[in-house]
Amino acid sequence: MKIFGVGGAGVAVLNLLAGEEFAGAGQVAVNTDAASLAASPAPVKIQLETKLLRGLGTGGDPERGRAVAEEQFATLKSACGGADVVMVVAGLGGGAGSGISPVLARAAREAGALVLAFVTLPFQCEGNRRRQQAEQGLELLRSVADGVICLPCQKTFKLIDENTSVLDTFRITDGLLVESMRGVWRLLMRPGLIQIHFDDLCALVRNSHSESAFATVEAAGPARAREVMEKLVAHPLLDEGRALAEAGAVLVSLTGGKDLTMAEVNRVMEQIGRHCERAQIIMGATVDGAIASHLSVTVIAARHTAAVPGLPAIPAAEEPAEGPAPRGTTPLPASRGTSSLPAPLTSEQREQILTRHAGGRPRKAGPKMRQTQLPLTIVSKGRFDKSEPTIHKGEDLDIPTYIRRGVALN
Amino acid sequence: MFDDSSLVVGLEIGTSKVCAVVGERGADGSLNVIGLGQARSRGVRKGEIVDPKQAEEDVRNAIVEAEQMADVEIRNVFLGVTGGHIRGFNNRGVHPVVSADREISNDDVSDVVKNAKAINLPNENTVVHAIRQHFFVDGQDGVTNPVGMLGSRLEVDVHVVHGHTNRLQNAIRLVKGLQLEVDEIVFNGLASSLALLSNEQKELGALVIDIGGGTTDYVVYANGVIKHTGVLAVGGDHVSNDLAYGLKVPLSRAEKLKLEYGAARVDAECKGRMVAITNELGLPLKTVNVEHLRRIMSLRLEEIFQLIAQDLEQVGLFDYLRSGVFLCGGGARIPQIAPLAEQQLQMPVSLGQTNSVSGLKSALDQPEFVTAIGLLKFGALKNRKREGRPSLAQGIKGALSSLLRRS
Repeated sequence: MKIFGVGGAGVAVLNLLAGEEFAGAGQVAVNTDAASLAASPAPVKIQLETKLLRGLGTGGDPERGRAVAEEQFATLKSACGGADVVMVVAGLGGGAGSGISPVLARAAREAGALVLAFVTLPFQCEGNRRRQQAEQGLELLRSVADGVICLPCQKTFKLIDENTSVLDTFRITDGLLVESMRGVWRLLMRPGLIQIHFDDLCALVRNSHSESAFATVEAAGPARAREVMEKLVAHPLLDEGRALAEAGAVLVSLTGGKDLTMAEVNRVMEQIGRHCERAQIIMGATVDGAIASHLSVTVIAARHTAAVPGLPAIPAAEEPAEGPAPRGTTPLPASRGTSSLPAPLTSEQREQILTRHAGGRPRKAGPKMRQTQLPLTIVSKGRFDKSEPTIHKGEDLDIPTYIRRGVALN
Repeated sequence: MFDDSSLVVGLEIGTSKVCAVVGERGADGSLNVIGLGQARSRGVRKGEIVDPKQAEEDVRNAIVEAEQMADVEIRNVFLGVTGGHIRGFNNRGVHPVVSADREISNDDVSDVVKNAKAINLPNENTVVHAIRQHFFVDGQDGVTNPVGMLGSRLEVDVHVVHGHTNRLQNAIRLVKGLQLEVDEIVFNGLASSLALLSNEQKELGALVIDIGGGTTDYVVYANGVIKHTGVLAVGGDHVSNDLAYGLKVPLSRAEKLKLEYGAARVDAECKGRMVAITNELGLPLKTVNVEHLRRIMSLRLEEIFQLIAQDLEQVGLFDYLRSGVFLCGGGARIPQIAPLAEQQLQMPVSLGQTNSVSGLKSALDQPEFVTAIGLLKFGALKNRKREGRPSLAQGIKGALSSLLRRS
């Protein structure tokens, strides 16, 4: 397993990881800025360099970052060699992070590893341009990486108060990222009582088009199961539990000492299940001899939202993937309000839709075209406008069945 | 004057129609349908009254028509109720037998039934039916009438159907406002099953699905007793609404299209078939693809059966239905609905036929009136039971005459 920190933020996160349980992973710092690399304690450093940049960095331009990374593609690929799992950590919005990380992810994939990306999105105060660059970088990453877990920095505002310095804030953000990485690392690496496989994790974060929210909480003492749940529901990163309620899929990882009881696991899972009724829940539990009487829970919640339009073709980067997984498809929330008949479908898309309804076929790479649905027309209920809606297991049965099941009439 | 006791009237205030059926109970217990009145229902949605004024008018029209056909005056009715708020569940009551010789008496039976009825209902619900299933005497199962048996502990399984008090009262008050007495309220699904199922079918186990305009009621019988009831507030109206939505036509047009071209399954021969809709002058307005129409209908109907199947699986009753499934209600008229239901429920499905009722052929043949005829049957049974119990006057007369005879 290898962890790559890309760009200024990524390298900074690597500094925080040094020396802990991530000892088993090789850590690599990748940047264009020589100064930040020099200050990093990572064992392996790759400086992406061209004559143009002269060691001064990309200047906040992801295009330059991308160009540099493409040039050094072979280096990146060989750096990923020998790893089964590659974690890419980056802060999107700037030049190095947004530009290099998608290319790195691609290189890792070609080297045969499974790629997980942990990224942050810039603060809103950093301006429009950074946001756009971050979103573009995110899209690219999504198309290449097996899973992307992203933390919008804006959410950390809820965790800080007036007097926190800028440096501290960044440290807090980095800390959160490290927490999530630790949570995922524990899931994958520690011999667990109930294992979560990487594929489950990938399947979870693959198709969420907006943030996957994640949070890690810890509690100790006799009532730890309850405390953990209370903390989770109040956690700002999970929108005080709203992210759970809206989640389409949830991954829960529990880690406890040797005294972790099944009853506690059960209680926590029950409560989580109650908060996310519509979600598909994947659970893993591990026992860590080193932790005594602590219970730590990491929750990653992926939300299924409306598809975003595909980006114009980017050279060699577009990796085809399939439409929403047929396995465990939860009914789309009625609030999507989509009702317009989609634009005329190509034969491939038609086939996609048909296979989706054949249901349960194992996913294989197919054309990644997502139909956008403009939420313009309101689903008026016709005859049932003024009557009480028939809600059955969270579904509003008054909405026509063919709309809820997404059957296209062409 | 006493002839009125042989008259039974069932009134069903449904979403697509209101119908009143008048029947005469013969001396041997047979039922003869002598009058039928119906009116289009405008004030009811999903089985519940939303516009009392219009509903009242429709009920009045239906009653008047039935009275004219049967040439009687209708005073009391058995009212059918349904709605998404109606739920059914099973409950058990226990009662220790206190008499010295441990013989079970009628009082013991009524006590245990009362215990079984004492359930924790939410405040706004009342019990519509509490139907006895089986008695258990000291743990021995399957006892139908324990009076006279010996035992120390008597238990009874009771199936309770309950609904929202206010909504039920709405219907009752509406009928009372027309100067009619409501003898009893009856759950529509129960009425339909009474009309369709013979005793043998009840023994073997059967599922009755009544696909109405506003709701779909379903009832499961197993081992001769009712085991499960349910209401799904989805019906023919939803199908029309789906069509209006999907084909982009107004609702009334959608209903006409549904009746004319609708079917429960999409088959190969309707592919590419287009139907032209014309306005009043005969000029073509737009064309509609029949395949789309059938697909939309098919999806909605599939969903209804799937939801019922899920419910039955949850209570674990699928294995008890050896007679199969019987469909009734307006929805049973949809072409190919039986094959579709078979596909979804994995059981033989047939259209229900009312039995052991004679009279108006036009009423008996049609699946829409099954519920109303079932109400008649219910009424007939209730009246017969009431007559079996001697009234106070007869009791005194009997006692005096036996005194006189002895002296």
